[in-house]
Amino acid sequence: MRDQRLWTWHVLAGLIILVLLGLHMTIMHLDVLVGIFNPRDPHPIAWANVAARARMGFFTVSYIVLLGAALFHGLYGFRNIVFELGIGRGLKTALNVVLVLGGVSLFAFGAWAAWAAGTLARTL
Amino acid sequence: MTTPANVTFRIRRYEPASQRPPAWEDVTIPYADGMTVLDGLRTIKETRLPSLAWRSSCRMGVCGSCGMFINGHPRLACNTQVTELGTSLVTVAPLPNFEIIRDLVPDLRSMFDAHAALMPHIIRDDVQEMYEPTGEYFQTPHELEQILQFSYCIKCGCCMAACPTVATDPAYSGPMPLAQSHRYNADSRDGGFAARTQVLATEKGPWKCHYAGECSQACPKGVDPARAIQLMKRQLVFDYLGLYKQPCPAKVVAKPAGITRRADVPEAPAATI
Repeated sequence: MRDQRLWTWHVLAGLIILVLLGLHMTIMHLDVLVGIFNPRDPHPIAWANVAARARMGFFTVSYIVLLGAALFHGLYGFRNIVFELGIGRGLKTALNVVLVLGGVSLFAFGAWAAWAAGTLARTL
Repeated sequence: MTTPANVTFRIRRYEPASQRPPAWEDVTIPYADGMTVLDGLRTIKETRLPSLAWRSSCRMGVCGSCGMFINGHPRLACNTQVTELGTSLVTVAPLPNFEIIRDLVPDLRSMFDAHAALMPHIIRDDVQEMYEPTGEYFQTPHELEQILQFSYCIKCGCCMAACPTVATDPAYSGPMPLAQSHRYNADSRDGGFAARTQVLATEKGPWKCHYAGECSQACPKGVDPARAIQLMKRQLVFDYLGLYKQPCPAKVVAKPAGITRRADVPEAPAATI
């Protein structure tokens, strides 16, 4: 059952990445169409725009969701590639542990960074 | 290609009892019109290498016994004309991704074990009806269409030999068992989806297939196992999300009454098993 569950989440994470990365690309490269996300400066990565987006709760949530989806999607894909090399049961278990611990740590750090950026931006 | 006067067979020889590693052996024989690779091997065995071993039976691409690695591709030896290879040098080796029993004989047990584990047969609750039928399971032409091409599989192992995932991952069931599992999951007469999912949801399932598509290229019967595996993945994802509901297995319909046999159509022989 585990592989069915993991694969389904892999697909769902891919869909989430598709949507949120699409939004990111739109904001960065199609500013003419979505000027509301870049209210302070014509350039999408100008500090004023970055801070303005960080103040929006929607972006804090989307950063955290995108981080989680990308980490799961990427690490599960990497796990599949390594497992295909025909490694032994013990190595598989060890790799699972490393990837889960690494993934959770990176997610916690990234989520904290996104949350802290939002909090900081709101104080400016 | 013009018809060659002679054909050289480069054959992979292996005799486990000899303790020697596998080695190539070249044999040149005269070409005969319509010669298949299997015909060539038979000529070689009769005239040059009496100890050469391979597996074959029907000689017409039906039994699936003579799968071999011919000029770098898994093919049926009986179904491969020498001239279609476009060269007078024919290299013949046992199917890759299997242990070798001897010479050109692969050990297909790993494939058949995976096949059996996925319950490739109709599973229903009405066991009594299956063994002592009172009618027929109703199936529309459209429902038949969903499984027909997959039922052409002859279990020759060519798809397994072509699969890059089977080559590296011993836990993966492989294209033939998975395609046959889908063939029964998609059969409107079957009710065994939940039972098969117990196996398919594990690492033996379709998850490691990354759609190289080599299995479908290699299949000598035109079956598309890669498609079956992708359809199966979709079915299993929907199942996990609670969006898949297996339809009730086909109902039994009574045999048509009031029909008389045409005089020129003989009656079916009595069952032998």
